[in-house]
Amino acid sequence: MKAIKGDWVQIQGIVLDVNNRAPQVPEDTKNVPLEIWVKGFAQSNGFIGEEIKIKTITGRLTQGKLVAINPTYTHSFGNFIPELLQIGLQLKEILAGGEQNE
Amino acid sequence: MSNHWSYESVLARKNETMKNSVGIDYRSFESGGIAFDYEKMMRETGYTLEEMKIIQGNHSVGNTPLLELKNLTMVSRKIAQKGFGARIFIKDEACNPSGSFKARRAANAVYHAKKLGYKGVIAATSGNYGAAVASQAAMHGLKCIIVQECYDSKGKGQPEIIEKARKCEAYGAEVVQLSVGPELFYIFLRLLEETGYFNASLYTPFGIAGVETLGYELAMQFREKIGRDPDVVVCTNAGGGNVTGTARGLLKAGAESTQIVGASVNLQGLHMASDNHFNRKSFTTGHTGFGIPFSTWPDRSDVPRSAARPLRYLDRYVTVSQGDVFYMTEALAQIEGLERGPAGNISLAAAFSIAQEIEEDKIVVVQETEYTGAGKHIQPQLSFARDNGIEILFGDPDDEVPGKNIILPSHPRLIKAKNIDLAKLKKSYIKNCLDFSNKTEISSGDADFLVQDTKSSMDFVKNYLEEQGVAIRD
Repeated sequence: MKAIKGDWVQIQGIVLDVNNRAPQVPEDTKNVPLEIWVKGFAQSNGFIGEEIKIKTITGRLTQGKLVAINPTYTHSFGNFIPELLQIGLQLKEILAGGEQNE
Repeated sequence: MSNHWSYESVLARKNETMKNSVGIDYRSFESGGIAFDYEKMMRETGYTLEEMKIIQGNHSVGNTPLLELKNLTMVSRKIAQKGFGARIFIKDEACNPSGSFKARRAANAVYHAKKLGYKGVIAATSGNYGAAVASQAAMHGLKCIIVQECYDSKGKGQPEIIEKARKCEAYGAEVVQLSVGPELFYIFLRLLEETGYFNASLYTPFGIAGVETLGYELAMQFREKIGRDPDVVVCTNAGGGNVTGTARGLLKAGAESTQIVGASVNLQGLHMASDNHFNRKSFTTGHTGFGIPFSTWPDRSDVPRSAARPLRYLDRYVTVSQGDVFYMTEALAQIEGLERGPAGNISLAAAFSIAQEIEEDKIVVVQETEYTGAGKHIQPQLSFARDNGIEILFGDPDDEVPGKNIILPSHPRLIKAKNIDLAKLKKSYIKNCLDFSNKTEISSGDADFLVQDTKSSMDFVKNYLEEQGVAIRD
């Protein structure tokens, strides 16, 4: 995949490698680098995985590894959780007088 | 050049960067000891209630509806002892432009930034505050950068935080996303220096004072609606700003007998800076992982002196379980017809339990709701938990182990707000003050400050200082 200059892209980078993590972070976090992701307009053509310069929506210039072109939102309502159905049914039964002061 | 932006150099310039980016010289409120002049700071750098009402009113913030939750009240009365089950009300803060009460904090901060001539604003937040700052920046025509902790080391993002990034971008903000770790602060400082933008911190006097209108409105709405002040106001507590601002607003309205209760969701056992734990929690805010450390040491925030000081105002502090909150979120939709985000319902779960402890003619208020949608909703949050190996089942919420399971109460009577020992938190706060200032003897001014900052008494403070072997110098 190739980004053309001007495309809306996402870049990724390493802010702090494993040797430079803050002393107070727990071990599991210390063992992985601190990473960063930023979106912006590609300032040159480039392939996924290549280092590229971008201009963010606020006009800031920054650079990193190209990871996505036209990065999209994929979050959703997830898989259905059937347990939730029971809550409304139970509450309506209580409201209908199925239970009294105990 | 390479040195200039190194972790050490950027952190070494912290104080200067902060001063430039918030326009407050915090030193002018310091006493040289533990004490600082909190009210002077709020007065000189914040806004009056009247000014805030105008600023917020001009930017579509505030004056949110106060709703009575009659069906939930009825359920609580069926469970409670006869004659108990206070009326439960909720302030529908989701009606604010960005979908939460955080619009109040942002309205002031962004207005202030504009007034001082900053070209943009920056905030470090994974939550509703980012959306609020972005929305207000859009209204004021300022640029906006939001820095959020979003992904674990496998690149897996919390659905709620990803939704927040979308919302910020929808308002035209730049969102800088990071993996887990407190070094987010380094990127935050770097961006402040690089851009010269205003630090729209959650913890400045303008931000906290922005919430005062919420407390004030509550008192006024109740006086108009039922002719008196509410008996109990329950606030979700994380960084302490919600509690602080709401309580201050109630006091400014003269509602001195209203009890202020903080509520956090219990995430005991999960480490907030742990890469492994990051996606094992189903709440990204309102939890004990923020609530406890920020009450016992408020000045850990991103400004030298936090204006959010919850121990100054709290009468009681409770926890609820993740399962309790998810159950109540579903209940709110199913029997009250209000679909609102889960995190804002922490105080609702607590209020449902607290209402059962008091008489029917009393009033308990949940002071916020928040928006809901893809990613930020009980379905995706529970689905995400299940995908991460968290067991979801019905049972007794007392058996819930954060990070291992989410127990939906098998009956609403099992939803019980649990008291946190406030005296213990107050002592822990005093201990932190002593440790950070390295004192073995404190001034009487410091002692007075500690009494005020912990809403305790001189006897309480003196006894604890004695235990610690610290003398008060007159």
